[in-house]
Amino acid sequence: MLVLVSYDVATADDGGSGRLRRVAKACKDYGQRVQYSVFECLVDPGQWERLKHRLLGLIDPDKDSLRFYYLGSNWRGRVEHVGVKPGVDQEGPLII
Amino acid sequence: MKRHLNTLYVTTQGAYLFKDGETLAVKVEETVRLRLPIHTVAGVVCFGQVSVSPFLLGHCAENNVAVSFLTVNGKFLAKVQGPASGNVLLRRQQYRMADDTATCAATARFFLTGKLANARTVLLRALRDHGEKIDASAVRRVVDRLSQHLTGLEARSDLDALRGLEGDAAHAYYGVFDQLIVSCHEAFRFAGRNRRPPLDPVNCLLSFLYTLLAHDVRSALETTGLDPAVGFLHRDRPGRPGLALDMMEEFRPFFADRLALTLINLGRVRPKGFITAETGAVLMDEATRKEVLIAYQERKQDVVEHPFLREKMPLGLLFHMQATLFARYVRGDLDGYPPLLWK
Repeated sequence: MLVLVSYDVATADDGGSGRLRRVAKACKDYGQRVQYSVFECLVDPGQWERLKHRLLGLIDPDKDSLRFYYLGSNWRGRVEHVGVKPGVDQEGPLII
Repeated sequence: MKRHLNTLYVTTQGAYLFKDGETLAVKVEETVRLRLPIHTVAGVVCFGQVSVSPFLLGHCAENNVAVSFLTVNGKFLAKVQGPASGNVLLRRQQYRMADDTATCAATARFFLTGKLANARTVLLRALRDHGEKIDASAVRRVVDRLSQHLTGLEARSDLDALRGLEGDAAHAYYGVFDQLIVSCHEAFRFAGRNRRPPLDPVNCLLSFLYTLLAHDVRSALETTGLDPAVGFLHRDRPGRPGLALDMMEEFRPFFADRLALTLINLGRVRPKGFITAETGAVLMDEATRKEVLIAYQERKQDVVEHPFLREKMPLGLLFHMQATLFARYVRGDLDGYPPLLWK
């Protein structure tokens, strides 16, 4: 299934930039960065639980926010891209 | 839910693959061209000068991602795979299927369907393109015969009967193959298939193309984790890649035969490019061999839509796709093996 993860991490205070970096890294391990703080993660339910758990442990709920959009396995019809940096279709043929 | 994991093919020369966190990253000339979370990949196939960092290799091994190295022409070199690979199960299942007469015959039938249907397409295409220049009625008779055999395949469950049908079909097909050669050079007359050694330029060309093809199919099977030596249509014999020869059948007509015809009919190979040795064997000279190799590689770059998977891909990837489909059939994920049917 495809889960869209977007985050907002407060970087004004101490440790904010560290949290931002760690959140981005966790998302990168599981998904593809489509915009600055937006990741598309192609995961199975187990992998999703692991990622979610990891993200919840990283943020400061008083200052930061996370949003998860569950797009399911029929996500193709639900995603449209306009403009620069189109993502790689991770389920399509991968040839470099 | 079971997801079909993807295979990454790296054909860019000089590419460097490395581990970055849990992702596999591909760097070409100092820029990262692709970054994939490792859990979305089932295999990596590297063609030619592609390097992979040892840490990525270890990471792939841990995550059951097979990494294969092929030459730029697709010759299999090496494969790196982790300890807990599922391939032994795949191979064992393949052996079991080959041991069971009924399954063996059913599997052989899939390959033969591909071979006969594609041979028929090649003939039909010749009728369409050069209908007025050739003995159309003879070719049409063979087309009908192949159609009959295609229906006949369904009724046969005995391996020997299937091999008999194949023999008859091949005889009929090569019987009119000469009609497809519209070049007027006497040297390119074709009087029947002969090999080891080939005794005329056309047979020489066909043999060489079949060798290239066998090579590619074998590499694809190796990469997928199947045992290329254990075939269904072809009996086991030491040193013979039975399964590779089986899978080759469906590729031969449109990949090798069509290419040979194109080379001859468009005059890309000439009679004087072939040398007759004292033994009667016909060989190609250096320039001709190179010309054929180039044509073959170019052919592999042509983009087509896979008739079963409905995805566009270069022809050269079809071997890998068919091997993957066959592995899925062996695993029981597919009820049958879908041979590549050319349109």
